[in-house]
Parts: sequence; structure tokens; C-alpha cells
Amino acid sequence: MITLQWVYALAGLFFAAVSLAGLRQRDNPRRWGTAAFWGLLALSMWAGDRIGDFGNGLLVIALTLIAGTGQLGRPADGPRALTRPLAPALRIFAIALIVPATALVGGFALKAAPALAEGKQATLIALALGTLLALAVGLQWLGARPRIALDEGSRLLGAVGWAAILPQMLASLGAVFALAGVGQVVGGLIRGVIPSTSLLAAVLAYGLGMALFTMVMGNAFAAFPVMMAAVGLPLLITDFHGDPAIICAIGMLAGFSGTLMTPMAANFNLVPAVLLGLRDRNGVVWRQVPTALPLLAINCALIYLLAFRP
Amino acid sequence: MWVLSGIVIIILGFALRLNPMVVILAAAAATGLAGGLDLHAIIAAFGKAFNEARYVSIIWMILPVIGLLEAHGLQERAREIITRLKGATTGRILLGYLVLRQLSAAIGLTSIAGHAQTVRPLLAPMAEASAEAQAGALNPALRDEIREWSAATDNVGLFFGEDIFLAIGSILLMKGVMEQYGIMLEPFELSVWAIPSAVAALLVHGWRLRRLDRRLAALGRAAASGNSAA
Repeated sequence: MITLQWVYALAGLFFAAVSLAGLRQRDNPRRWGTAAFWGLLALSMWAGDRIGDFGNGLLVIALTLIAGTGQLGRPADGPRALTRPLAPALRIFAIALIVPATALVGGFALKAAPALAEGKQATLIALALGTLLALAVGLQWLGARPRIALDEGSRLLGAVGWAAILPQMLASLGAVFALAGVGQVVGGLIRGVIPSTSLLAAVLAYGLGMALFTMVMGNAFAAFPVMMAAVGLPLLITDFHGDPAIICAIGMLAGFSGTLMTPMAANFNLVPAVLLGLRDRNGVVWRQVPTALPLLAINCALIYLLAFRP
Repeated sequence: MWVLSGIVIIILGFALRLNPMVVILAAAAATGLAGGLDLHAIIAAFGKAFNEARYVSIIWMILPVIGLLEAHGLQERAREIITRLKGATTGRILLGYLVLRQLSAAIGLTSIAGHAQTVRPLLAPMAEASAEAQAGALNPALRDEIREWSAATDNVGLFFGEDIFLAIGSILLMKGVMEQYGIMLEPFELSVWAIPSAVAALLVHGWRLRRLDRRLAALGRAAASGNSAA
């Protein structure tokens, strides 16, 4: 049975290859740091379940030291080796669509065949399969040497740099926040400031609280249990008899408006800035704010108007 | 109260543009210590969560495919198509993508698109090419802006589409949290109430994309009249 472990093994292989490619750049003064960073990430993918929680923690500290002291080299995102003549458009788009298509078909197929792959992880496994398939077909159809794919992949990952593991780091920070009880403290603060007699104030505290706390945590999933315990359940559902399904569903989307407005949601907001080579790291966030603020207001209004009909 | 010090560190660190990895570890240490954890426990908790979140980082495996295709002209071909399409404007391309992204996310297909899968190789080059057709050559600021619009449109479509799907993580989370309070919710009731906000997102973002088109057209007219005057 294909499990997520296979996917991690494959990802580890890629990071290890990037690490070796870094080591080969003899003219790069930071090649040791670069090789160590991606090598540690390969180790995490391969052996993360065997080195223990504390061992993983030390691994993160080592990654942070390498990145924080500027030892992780970035390749100049200079002119890439564009092959001339260009490949035919039809062929190139067909290959580009293999990954989404495999994710689509494979996700359904693997879920239907539980003996073949771990059902819960079907999408991730299908994504990995799609990548392999696209690579194989691409090398064949374009008549390219595997070396090109690896070199270009290393260069792109190098350009992303330490931002590649920010999403994972922020998720881990969220776990420490939860363990230390940040949610309860924030919930207590919010309960302390809102009057318990005004429905409008309670709805605003819930919706804006979801957005704000999501911005702090970078994730609406972390904000939801806190805001539900602090405001949603005691006030909106118990005191004002609101419809729980509406309060949950639209409250979560108020949180998603917050996700659009925070650099803490690194995989959505910082990673594309790096991938697209933007000069302003927060450019995507700023572009999203004028969409997010009206949506936040609309979500609060929807809760107020829909959840409390007699 | 001191457990909130981590939040302050994060905000200050991001504002001062310090290395985010260092800021995150500092915030974790401060929050953990204030919450009564010892250093060993904090490191272990952070490491455990880091290990469990590895699935977030496997998306990078796609980079060799993208690199291979880009070396053979994927971005250039994407541009060509757009310049040949009549009536293709930046705003319309992004709006079309927004609708597709919302619809596909609403049936659970969240991973078929994304910043690595579709925005960098396809959407951004197409949006840039049509912006060039509308406004003339793009200066670096405007080129960055068009790329930001591409990424932003993917996010808006994903966030305000995925919750319509029954089995998405956030729906299951809400169901689980409410069960702890003895309130039983069906995934269907939750997903159906995500529809009004999804429509609102389409309207708000779509309206902004239309305004973007008007601005690009105005830039193009200004450039054209500037040329003829000269």
C-alpha cells in the first residue's frame, strides 16, 4: 500500500539532490551552508519519525541557525538556460497539465481503491504521482536529459530559499502557542471587553476576532476553537439562540478573510512572493487587503442577518 | 498575560524584517517559557509539530517539472497564446481563473491548482502578456503588481471555494469542535452556508479586477497618445 511515507521518501530524494548540487558549486562561498540546509531537510523527510520529537526540534534549530546567519546561499535568479527552439506549445501544455490531471483523477481513483493507497492521503499521493509522471513524460517528449530538470529544480528551490519551510515553521509555532494556552488568554481578553447584551457587538467581536486571531496565528483553524469558546458558544449560540451551522460556517470564512491579510499565512502569501520574484515580500498581502476587508464586513453582516432569524 | 509575548515578537520581527525563521523560534521560546514549559519541552513540542507538518513542504517536489518546462519555453508559450486570443484582458483572464478555482475547490479539488502548480508557470505569464497588450511595456512596479494580482486571485478563489466541499479540513474541524459541546452538525449544513460568502468573494474581487482592466486600458491610451505626440 502506498502511504505518505513513500511521498516523504521521494521529497527527501529531491532535497538530497539539491543539497548535492549545492555542494558541487565550488565557486559559491556558502556552499557548505547550502548543502547542510537542504541535506537536513532531506533527513527530516527520510528519518523524521525515527529521530524523536527533541531530535526534530534540534534539526529545526540547526536549520534556523544556517538561515539566520546567512549561510544559505541563493543562486542569482539570472537568465535561465532557455532551450532554443522552444518546444511545441501543445506538447508543453499537455505536460504542464499532467500534474493537475493526475491529482484530479488519481485523488478519486485512490480513494476508491483503499487497498492501493492510504485513503486519507489520496490527494497528496496523487500529487506526487502526477509529478513523477509529468517528469517522465516531459523528459521523453522534450528529449531532455534528467540533469536539466534537476538543475532547474535546484535553481528554483534555491531561489525560494528558507521561505520553503516557513509554512512548516509557522504551523509548529501554532502548536507551541496552543500548548502554552495563548488561545484561552486571548479568549478571556475578548470576553472582558464586549458587552453581553448587544447582539451586534457580539457578532462583531466574533467575526473580527476570528479575522484578527487568524492573522496572528496565520491559520483560521487555530482561531476557530478559541473564538467559538470565547464568544460563539456562550453569547451567539446560548444567549442569542443563533443557528450553530451558520455561525460556524460563516465565522470560519471571516477567519479566511484574515488569512488574506497576514504574512503569517506563509504558504499562501509569502511563498508566491518568492516564487514570482516579487521585490516586496508582502506585496501579495497588500494586494489582497482591499478584497479581504469588504469580505470581512460582508461575512459579519451575513452572520447578523442569517443566523438569528426567528 | 506573558504568553502573549510571542505574538508581540512575531509582529515586531515581521515589521523589522528580521529573518522570519529566527523570529519564529524566538516567539516559540518566549511563549513556551511564559506558559510554564521548560526549554526541552518547547524544543520537543516544536519538533513534533514540525515533523507532523512535513506534508506542507512536499509541494516543492514539483519544481523540477516546472524548471524543465520553463527551460523549454512554457512561460513564452503561455504568453503567445494570450497575445493571439482576441478580447483577452488581464482582468478577464484572472476573473475566469477565479471562477474555475472557486468551482474546482468547491468540489474538493484544492490541489489541482496553486502558486507552484499553476500561478507561476501559467497564470502569471498570461496575465503579464495581456497587461502588456493593454498598457504597453510594463515597468518593474507594474509587472510585480500583475504578479501579485495573479497570486491574490488564486488565494481568493481557493479560500472562498473550498468550504463548499463537504469533506474539507475546516468543515471536519468545525464539526469536531461543536461535537465537544454536544452540538451535532452535518457537514452539508456547514458547506451550504459557505455559498453566500463565495458569491460575495466573486463579486468583490471580480469588481476589483474590472477596475484593474480599466486602469490598464487608461495606461495604454496614455502611452499611445504620448507616442503620437512625440
